[in-house]
Amino acid sequence: MFGSLTNFDSLFEEFRRMEQQMDELFGRGTQPPAIRSVARGTFPPINVGAAADGIDVYLFAAGLDPKSIELNIQRNLLTVSGEREVPVNESATYYRQERFSGPFRRVIALPEDVDPDRVEAKYRDGILQITARRRESAKPRQITVE
Amino acid sequence: MADKQEVAKRDSTEVERTDRAPSSVMLPPADVFEDAEGITLQLDMPGVGKDRLNLQANKNTLLIEGNARIEMPQGMEALYADVRSTLYRRSFVLSDELETDKTEASLKDGVLTVRIPKRAEVRPRRIEVRAG
Repeated sequence: MFGSLTNFDSLFEEFRRMEQQMDELFGRGTQPPAIRSVARGTFPPINVGAAADGIDVYLFAAGLDPKSIELNIQRNLLTVSGEREVPVNESATYYRQERFSGPFRRVIALPEDVDPDRVEAKYRDGILQITARRRESAKPRQITVE
Repeated sequence: MADKQEVAKRDSTEVERTDRAPSSVMLPPADVFEDAEGITLQLDMPGVGKDRLNLQANKNTLLIEGNARIEMPQGMEALYADVRSTLYRRSFVLSDELETDKTEASLKDGVLTVRIPKRAEVRPRRIEVRAG
């Protein structure tokens, strides 16, 4: 059922490469971004992949309490919010503080054909994976020629 | 002369390895802080479980490597990508007063915590300032 890790790398690497080529081709800024897109580097990083029967959203959010993650879907708009608290050691000297701390909220526009009633989410090793199924009527079907 | 050959050989294996490996490696964000007893590092490495983590501390360097495990259905197409690799790598140069052989590490929900204690003799002492 699940592909190998190399697939993941090559799949999303290829996507980014294409995106970069588009940027180079049209010049940055001439291609307007989607209305709900956010600046690169926003926490948490997200990948979205589509398969024939569903959409998978991956949120790379380490160190969360799964119970504190708020997940909502309204039609095809998926909202994920929560708070990551990174406790600060008051008596220590900090050399680097690169990890995100505080509340976050991301809105992901899924394809129109997702079924909001069939969305599942699991949190494992710091990745929140949300799987949304497509509506039955939207799935590709084989049509027999009579 | 023997040294030179060694270097040349290492270079070629390096090239071979980068050919096969995914072309990008991610630098996991890190917090580094020091208290009286030692130095603590915390790194975000989502997707990395214990079995996919490689941690090496020698006298000079701390190397942290991880390979994220991501479940992916067959025939998936990318719609959007902030993350384009599953490999994490970051290293730090250590200093003499750290007891690297007593390094401890733990991993929880993709957050790696590494604790390196300082040698007892170099822990700071409070110097009392006497009046008068």
